[in-house]
Amino acid sequence: MSQGSTPPLDALREAALAAVGAADDLTALDRVRVDYLGKSGALTAQLKALGALPKEERPAAGQAINRVKAEVQQVIETRRAGLEEAALAQRLTAERLDVTLPGRGRDIGAQHPVVRTLERIEQLFANAGFQVEEGPEVEDDYHNFEALNIPAHHPARAMHDTFYFPDGRLLRTHTSPVQIRVMEQREPPFRVIAPGRVYRCDSDLTHTPMFHQVEGFLVDEQATFADLKGVLYDFLRNFFEDDSLSLRFRPSYFPFTEPSAEVDVQCVKCGGSGCRVCKQTGWLEILGCGMIHPAVFRHVDIDSERWLGYAFGMGVERLAMLRYGIDDIRLYFENDLRFLRQFG
Amino acid sequence: MRFSEAWLREWVNPPLDTQALVDQLSLSGLEVDAVEPAAPAFRGVVVGHVQSVEPHPDAQKLRVCQVDVGEDSPLGIVCGAANVAAGQRVPVATVGAVLPGGFKIKRAKLRGVQSLGMVCSAAELGLAESADGIMVLPADAPVGEDLRAWMALDDACIELDLTPDRADCLSVVGVAREVGVLNRADLHEPSIEPVVAAIDDSVDVRLGAPQACPRYLCRLVRGVDPSAPTPLWMQERLRRGGVRPLGVVVDVTNYVLLELGQPMHAFDRAKLDGGIDVRLAEQGETLDLLNGDRVTLRPDTLVIADAQRPVALAGIMGGADSAVGDDTRDVLLESAFFAPAAISGDARSYGLRTDSSHRFERGVAPERCRLAMERATALLLSIAGGRPGPVVEAESGAHLPAAPRIDLRRGRIPKVLGLTLDDADVEDILGRLGIALAPTDQGWVATPPSPRFDIQLEEDLIAELGRVYGYDRIPVTHARSAAATRAPLEMAYEPRRVRRVLLDRGWSEAVTYSFVSRGLQGAVDPDVEPLALANPLSAELSVMRAGLWPGLLQAVRQNLARQQSRVWLFESGLRFRADEDGLHQEPMLAGVAVGPAQPEQWGAEGRDLDFFDLKADVEAVLASVGCADAVDYVRDAHPALHPGKSARILRDGRPLGWLGSIHPSLAATLDLPGGVQLFELEVSALGGAPRPAFESLSKFPSIRRDLALVVDEDIAFDTVRRSVAAAAGDLLRDLVLFDLYVGEKVDSSRKSLALGLILQATSQTLTDDDVAAVVERVLAALKADVGAELRA
Repeated sequence: MSQGSTPPLDALREAALAAVGAADDLTALDRVRVDYLGKSGALTAQLKALGALPKEERPAAGQAINRVKAEVQQVIETRRAGLEEAALAQRLTAERLDVTLPGRGRDIGAQHPVVRTLERIEQLFANAGFQVEEGPEVEDDYHNFEALNIPAHHPARAMHDTFYFPDGRLLRTHTSPVQIRVMEQREPPFRVIAPGRVYRCDSDLTHTPMFHQVEGFLVDEQATFADLKGVLYDFLRNFFEDDSLSLRFRPSYFPFTEPSAEVDVQCVKCGGSGCRVCKQTGWLEILGCGMIHPAVFRHVDIDSERWLGYAFGMGVERLAMLRYGIDDIRLYFENDLRFLRQFG
Repeated sequence: MRFSEAWLREWVNPPLDTQALVDQLSLSGLEVDAVEPAAPAFRGVVVGHVQSVEPHPDAQKLRVCQVDVGEDSPLGIVCGAANVAAGQRVPVATVGAVLPGGFKIKRAKLRGVQSLGMVCSAAELGLAESADGIMVLPADAPVGEDLRAWMALDDACIELDLTPDRADCLSVVGVAREVGVLNRADLHEPSIEPVVAAIDDSVDVRLGAPQACPRYLCRLVRGVDPSAPTPLWMQERLRRGGVRPLGVVVDVTNYVLLELGQPMHAFDRAKLDGGIDVRLAEQGETLDLLNGDRVTLRPDTLVIADAQRPVALAGIMGGADSAVGDDTRDVLLESAFFAPAAISGDARSYGLRTDSSHRFERGVAPERCRLAMERATALLLSIAGGRPGPVVEAESGAHLPAAPRIDLRRGRIPKVLGLTLDDADVEDILGRLGIALAPTDQGWVATPPSPRFDIQLEEDLIAELGRVYGYDRIPVTHARSAAATRAPLEMAYEPRRVRRVLLDRGWSEAVTYSFVSRGLQGAVDPDVEPLALANPLSAELSVMRAGLWPGLLQAVRQNLARQQSRVWLFESGLRFRADEDGLHQEPMLAGVAVGPAQPEQWGAEGRDLDFFDLKADVEAVLASVGCADAVDYVRDAHPALHPGKSARILRDGRPLGWLGSIHPSLAATLDLPGGVQLFELEVSALGGAPRPAFESLSKFPSIRRDLALVVDEDIAFDTVRRSVAAAAGDLLRDLVLFDLYVGEKVDSSRKSLALGLILQATSQTLTDDDVAAVVERVLAALKADVGAELRA
């Protein structure tokens, strides 16, 4: 486009629109914009050339140029939007991941099923206002037996295969000594659960020399066997997540409770119709419980006329076996990662 | 306790089938362990009469018998047993019979002789483990009668697993009473009449330890026939009760034991010297027991002695020298009460456990001695003959257990059970249990029957009420407890939170035994003398762990052996250490890891984890409990750790734990790879961090200045950090180490640290001059403190 000779506006418009239509990428389109609308573009030049027109023609000519300029601008914008969209679409088509590739970074670990079960038990009792207490695992005879109304030579001692140390101390055979320790140290009322490791000198297909129990007890001015049933119904139905789970309370004997009961739950495997897990009985023995024996209160100087209490104890490995279908207790302490990873 | 159901039903016969009966027993607290048929299934076996026995023409060991089985003509049966003889009554499996195991009897030819059945041994019928020849039935067995029906073999053996308090149910009479109570059914007691003495002979008894034995009865029976066969019915009841027949005298005492729960003993009078002395053993006395053991008696052991020597461990086992045998003619029967406290633990201390000791240590009713004596005498006379002397009874009334009188308050029952019972129900239930009641203002005074040693307190009575009324009929209630809910402190160590940190960072949780082998414990921590068990299960589990590493290292090794390449295990639990202050049982949190820093994956270069990966996890744990800032890591030596790659962790100067790479020697000892990293933290030092305290946020921008420093190689980063922090003062918001370089571009004894200082003021925007001034202070301090220079 030579200076001084201005092409007719119509031709310029046609050329501009054709150039926009021909621009097939954003760079080309921008070049078109500069050619026509830039500082020294063709349409800008037309406006600059207005001064050469007679004064009375200028407004009409100016309007005509501006109209074309606006039209070209508009067409360029539309074209730009179209090109951008196409470019994005093309990019999006090109940029694709194999979303099935594995993620990167660390994985998460697996919790031990016994600890997982312990945490659930603690949580369920915490919701019922029970507080967690712990006690020593190397115990003395007094706390493990004597204060629990199991004097020396009591036949119940034969049921506890006890590990001893040369000085007469022992590994606690149950978590019940925590009952004594709490009652020695604090004034009633209390609502406590005591989870932890316990030990029996026994090892075969169904016994490991170490396992876990949770002891629970409540001492208050009102506490009845009926309340004990209430707490255990709640706990077991929550634990097995079955609101209609049946329980059976069978009279039993523990030196530290009277009355005492063993609690059976309806078999969680077969629902009570009889299977290998429940040995065809439809029931699973799950925990022991009872009202705290007056002799126990006497040992810790609690007035059994004023205070009543109940206590219960359960085996954590057994609960975990039933909950997760584990069939071999020995797996718990082999810590095989292939086993642990099933409980992540 | 094992017994025949049919025997029980002779005493009490409620309208319940076997299953209902055993369910009822289990639910009343007498747990049924097993119900087994008295005999396995068989059919077609009848009582036969052996009319003749001829040798087999073609086989030396076989005989051809003519056996009358009540049909028109006798059956010819070939029999291999040596003891078959004409005149015997024997069990005969006729053609078509099916023996245990589904063995069918067919018409057969044995070496050319037709055999129309089989004469059976007790073992072939499942009535004994083994048998020596055929079973010979009593002479009055009715020929042709079905054996199963005649021996009443369609019976069940019920095995009870009794709790130690229910010694009263260690007999058929005891179980019968219980069944009677539960079903409101009458008891049909066999009538046991006193046996009138036929001779005057007796044996003197002296109670030398009346507190241990306040009642001792004995009776001489002269002229018994020790070879008299025990009647089949008695043998069967013994067998179904799990007792082996041992000859008539012992069988009779065992029968009475099962029936009445009274352990008895029988001496051969001829082998006793003088009278009976029930006394404590003397130092150094020995006794040869019936089981063949010789025991040296402790002076606190109660024995039955004659004028010369102990002849029995009282209530536990008789002596071999005075036992009845094949040539015994005069029997001295003993029926005594030994106090549970005197017998408790004795049997176990001598390594013995007998049916007798089991009962005496739990309690045998002292009132039953005489009844048992009369019962045993009558049975013995009827089977083996003899002439009874009078019953000699020595008694120390003051030492006999007095029946307790127990106050039972009406109001206490609902307080314990949460159930209100009518007086009529209370009286009915306790009355059926044989508990005598007399009314009082508040309720009753109760006297339990003598076999119920377990009923001593009001609670015991209430327990009986709950048990018999039915635990299932006690309501289910939800009482509000007055006990205040005591939630854990906000900043207390929260094991769950900490476990979750490790789990989320890829650690798996282990639970290992608290006892390990002495060798392993010693390899990890040779300076600690571990606490050893007196009676370990094995050498592998013989000492208490003094830390958590031994168990974890073992678990890691086992996982590596199972082809796991990346094993990161942590555990929480107690360690056991003794010092002059005593035993410390301290909760620990520990981890052992080996293998790649990350699981094998694409797009990332694999490398093994190192000290600093582990340190990041320890720091995360510490951050989760809020004490990361109060912790220092000081290089220190631990026998399990590489001395150059281990740190003692201190919190405010107090020990908190250890962190490091395994010591190469330990790795070699345990056959572990060298890259194992370990940490352990004392849980008691983890709690109680200050709770978060709010500081207002600065409204002004922060400015970052990066410094590349060169310092001597052995300058600890922490020293650098402290120097920067002190010099920069309050304006230092954060300090980042973003590169550490050691190599050819710096002097070989130096290292280069790239630090990012993030500076910010709370009251103004920092000017370039402010920042320059800080940087200058920092550089000056670094030069002075650690000889740092800006890297060229």
